[in-house]
Amino acid sequence: MDNRRFKKRTLFLIAYLVFALLPIYWMVNMSFKTNEEILSSFTLWPAAFTWANYKTIFTDPSWYSGYINSLIYVGINTVISLTVALPAAYAFSRYRFLGDKHVFFWLLTNRMTPPAVFLLPFFQLYTTMGLMDTHIAVAMAHLLFNVPLAVWILEGFMSGIPREIDETAYIDGYSFPRFFFTIFLPLIKAGVGVAAFFCFMFSWVELLLARTLTSVNAKPIVATMTRTVSASGMDWATLAAAGVLTIVPGAIVIWFVRHYIAKGFAMGRV
Amino acid sequence: MSTTTKPVNQKAWFLVLPVIVCVAFSAILPLMTVVNYSVQDVLSPDRRVFVGTEWFAAVMRDEELHLALWRQIQFSLAVLLVEIPLGIALALSMPAQGWKSSAVLVLVALSLLIPWNVVGTIWQIFGRADIGLLGYYLQQAGMEYSYTGNSTHAWWTVLAMDVWHWTPLVALLAFAGLRSIPDAYYQAASIDGASKWAVFRYIQLPKMRGVLMIAVLLRFMDSFMIYTEPFVLTGGGPGNATTFLSQYLTTKAVGQFDLGPAAAFSLIYFLIILLFCFVLYNWMQSLGTSEKEQGHG
Repeated sequence: MDNRRFKKRTLFLIAYLVFALLPIYWMVNMSFKTNEEILSSFTLWPAAFTWANYKTIFTDPSWYSGYINSLIYVGINTVISLTVALPAAYAFSRYRFLGDKHVFFWLLTNRMTPPAVFLLPFFQLYTTMGLMDTHIAVAMAHLLFNVPLAVWILEGFMSGIPREIDETAYIDGYSFPRFFFTIFLPLIKAGVGVAAFFCFMFSWVELLLARTLTSVNAKPIVATMTRTVSASGMDWATLAAAGVLTIVPGAIVIWFVRHYIAKGFAMGRV
Repeated sequence: MSTTTKPVNQKAWFLVLPVIVCVAFSAILPLMTVVNYSVQDVLSPDRRVFVGTEWFAAVMRDEELHLALWRQIQFSLAVLLVEIPLGIALALSMPAQGWKSSAVLVLVALSLLIPWNVVGTIWQIFGRADIGLLGYYLQQAGMEYSYTGNSTHAWWTVLAMDVWHWTPLVALLAFAGLRSIPDAYYQAASIDGASKWAVFRYIQLPKMRGVLMIAVLLRFMDSFMIYTEPFVLTGGGPGNATTFLSQYLTTKAVGQFDLGPAAAFSLIYFLIILLFCFVLYNWMQSLGTSEKEQGHG
């Protein structure tokens, strides 16, 4: 009985993984084909295997600079988000203060605001400040949804650490910064990992703001892709190759935080 | 946030301050601009007229908007109904430890890290009848499948894309919740001879409440402002079948440059989301407390 149940679960899991991976496989498949093959015949795998599409991307600065730009603003954003979110999350998890619940909910509302609402004001704000088309502008704009999320996640993890630890440390004569960095931070490093993962993810995948706030110097890869679609007609093969390459940084990040995701919440929530 | 025995300390405000400054800069300032626009008619950069609530009245009467809102609500509910149970089921069937667990985790999470327009592109290539795997075989099976021509097909394709894209988030959160349950609970349950269902209903589900709350809120909010994926896949069409609120707003604000109505609409949009989330948040919080009380009884 137990064995049969196990099998049913495995079957379900395999079915889901097939559903999850088929579309990705199809894109990878296309990225190794030539445009002629894509359009002329329907093949399940590349008949004339080619690296040409990837070569195009790695040798053309207008393509590869997109990846670099994206990584820069995502990096800036993740660092700022975590830096400001850590102390705030600590405050929310440890103390009551005037208006704490309201501030917490207000922060969350920013996570709920559709970026489309802020599109125009952002455009004007950053133009006025001369920040248009810089990495900072996009990083700042993305703080809008990443900071609240980071606070939210970290608060959950910190609440899972018993307050006695703080008190013992203070009795032992630790100052707050020393306690925070040498004792508390290592305890919630799983939470920091998860928060960083989410910040990276939401900043990396966002298109609307990133595209509006940049034109040349900081143009992210996602914007490069949309423009190429419309400019050169339907260059499916290169588009597919570029798409595959956007998945790579994400896959690397998941690989690094996989233990944190799996065990992470466990440490935070028990 | 639990409100039990936390000490009151107003100095904690200093710790929150950096966040407030950051978010104020990227949220309050722009929001004020939106409020500003929503009550003015901007004729040219230096000629503007105060029009009071005229735009709001105009937006409220907008039939197109009502339809977009209705489509949006249907879509968001469908998303929650499919993704939450599927995500939980997926989390329950994922291996708990070992290399298999890591491998499955990475594979499942993969779709989350794909930029949203690439998600649109993937499904575009996947669904096209001439070059796509899905489209080709549906066509072969005798179905006149076309996500650009048939509005029902477009709607289901967008839903399938969203399920494909976001169920992993629910699954990851639920999985993390499951891992946090100590083995002692399961041992106690097996001593009591509890059925699988009882274990799920009385141990796993309550223990996952916190993360599931995050999952429901995130999925609701994000599906309510879905923009990029349908934009790339269908461009909101055919007709208006997949024109959801963000798409409609962006067309108004950027395409037609109707600042006043677009701003008024933005505010209403924001308030709708706020209202939904406030209700949902409080409802789930209170559900949690009552469950806890039952647990003690």
